[in-house]
Amino acid sequence: MGLLQPLKGDTGGQIMLAVLALIAILVPILNLLVPEGNPLHVSTFTVTLLGKYLTYALLAVAVDLVWGYLGILSLGHGAFFALGGYAMGMYLMRQIGDRGVYGDPLLPDFMVFLDWQQLPWFWQGFDQFWYAALMILLVPGLLAFVFGWLAFRSRVTGVYLSIITQALTYALMLAFFRNEMGFGGNNGLTDFKDLLGFDLQADGTRIGLFLASALALALGYWACRWVVTSKLGRVAVAVRDAESRVRFIGYRVDRVKLAIWTFSAVLAGVAGALYVPQVGIINPGEFSPLNSIELVVWVAIGGRATLYGAVIGAVLVNYGKTVFTGAFPEAWLFVLGGLFVLVTVFLPAGIAGLLKTLRRRRAQPETIQREATT
Amino acid sequence: MTNSDSGRGSSRDLLHSDRTFDFSGPKQLWQGFGQDFKELTRRDRQFSFMIRAKDLELDVSHGPILYLDGLNVSFDGFKAINELNLYIDAGELRCVIGPNGAGKTTMMDIITGKTRPDSGSAFFGQKIDLLKLTEPEIAEVGIGRKFQKPTVFEHHSLFENLELAMAADKRVFPTLLARLTGKERDRIDEVLGIIGLRELARREAGTLSHGQKQWLEIGMLLMQDPHLLLVDEPVAGMTHQEMERTAELLTSLAGKHTVVVVEHDMDFVRSIAKRVTVLHQGSVLAEGSMDEVQNDPRVVEVYLGE
Repeated sequence: MGLLQPLKGDTGGQIMLAVLALIAILVPILNLLVPEGNPLHVSTFTVTLLGKYLTYALLAVAVDLVWGYLGILSLGHGAFFALGGYAMGMYLMRQIGDRGVYGDPLLPDFMVFLDWQQLPWFWQGFDQFWYAALMILLVPGLLAFVFGWLAFRSRVTGVYLSIITQALTYALMLAFFRNEMGFGGNNGLTDFKDLLGFDLQADGTRIGLFLASALALALGYWACRWVVTSKLGRVAVAVRDAESRVRFIGYRVDRVKLAIWTFSAVLAGVAGALYVPQVGIINPGEFSPLNSIELVVWVAIGGRATLYGAVIGAVLVNYGKTVFTGAFPEAWLFVLGGLFVLVTVFLPAGIAGLLKTLRRRRAQPETIQREATT
Repeated sequence: MTNSDSGRGSSRDLLHSDRTFDFSGPKQLWQGFGQDFKELTRRDRQFSFMIRAKDLELDVSHGPILYLDGLNVSFDGFKAINELNLYIDAGELRCVIGPNGAGKTTMMDIITGKTRPDSGSAFFGQKIDLLKLTEPEIAEVGIGRKFQKPTVFEHHSLFENLELAMAADKRVFPTLLARLTGKERDRIDEVLGIIGLRELARREAGTLSHGQKQWLEIGMLLMQDPHLLLVDEPVAGMTHQEMERTAELLTSLAGKHTVVVVEHDMDFVRSIAKRVTVLHQGSVLAEGSMDEVQNDPRVVEVYLGE
């Protein structure tokens, strides 16, 4: 029983992690060592873009864990992502110090603008990285725990649960839009300067964040595999397929759901925290219900209940989004919608399912030949 | 109920009564509390809320393992169970028959905690009050149920189905860290042998035939090591051969376990049952051997009409 145990039999995941490792080694080299102008040079812009995709991939893995393996279609995971992001954003705001437009040593610009005299209590402590890191895990985790405790105990399932997760993220969006909430309102948190003393605009920091995202994705993926290959993972799939039967066997279904749901929310929060310094802004738009729905589409396109499919889906769809919104900005939502319909109709198991079928089809003629010759 | 009255109630009453306090006499009220408090501090008593389901011990020293006494359940005015009294001996194989709507499934629901009766009592052994336990707790004290429609975990292999059903610490973290021991593997293998599906251990349960799913369900029950097995219509939709195998399986289980079978198929009941209970309109109409029951004019009337 070694560290690689959770990856046993997960060919797709092994390939995905190998590719991830390769990218994590090559991209910094191609960025730092290959001079600009060389066709092999990877621009810092691309590095950051890739880093952003990796945080999306981690978010997608978190969604796949609860949707694919537990049967909870969350249409509100964007909320946990955004909360993790806000926690990181608050740390970054406090790091600005007196370098803001108004030069107040303590208060972030938007508070000075709103004529606030002192730092609200919930902004205390965010000048310390360890505190912010703790909050990145704790805030999404706690919200998910309370929400899940109420929902699962009352046995809210299926579409109803999806709708209240959607309502949760919508409510948070409306709340964060309000200036009185103390999170920068409409504009959110931005104008970040540095992280742990490293200049956020520097190439080295960008690469560091990219590598941190790759590492977080690898660890998150491994942790999710560890959960789904454990007995608890098998119980989760059983809950997905026949919930009341699991209850009769003697498992506390609500607790199983609560544990995995909370874990997934924490992962989403970590993804959000890594996302914010790379894009340089967090605003209430991240809570938008549309975001949460989009990320379910990534998982569906990638292939549900495979975990690596979620990574493929998140990266491909977002790459497509970058290309398309550059070329025809208005068309993107139609493309995404069309893609979703096509995948649902023709590839119900997503890209991961397609790959599996292809592999099987390629393996089959060989076995037939072998049987024929013997 | 007066205050002084309620004050003298036993600790059990203190915890489970639905009395209302009369706030007119604060002094009396406090006296009542004082006595209640004294009850709570008694060292020779264990309070029901402190007892966990797994600590409860099954006591069958008087013979019966299941006592149902004066049970009543009504749904929207319809009496599904009407003054039902039923006693099942430990190790017995009992068949319960009755026309549609006789209350067979409702009775199972009460025993497993899915439905709460309006009145009456249900005890498992001498000591365990089933009406105070939740569904998972009832499973934990040793009552397993097989449903009418087989529900196995379709995307798990047979082996995994049995693994999940196995008696174990089923809390979240122990489950997360659980690893199969050699002994547990042997037990799963043994049960696969009992239900005759050993060759299919690695197959996905969703690919099984209807009859095989029924046996797998019985296997899952066995993995829980229950004292009492409730089996709801085990042979519905089975071929004749499958029925014979099911009969063998159930009779082999009796003795070590107590088995209660609810079934419509008379041939099947005749082939396995020593004692048969006939339910009608929510209460017991007749009880005895299959021959006795079949010759009972009331039973004939219920089944065949006037």
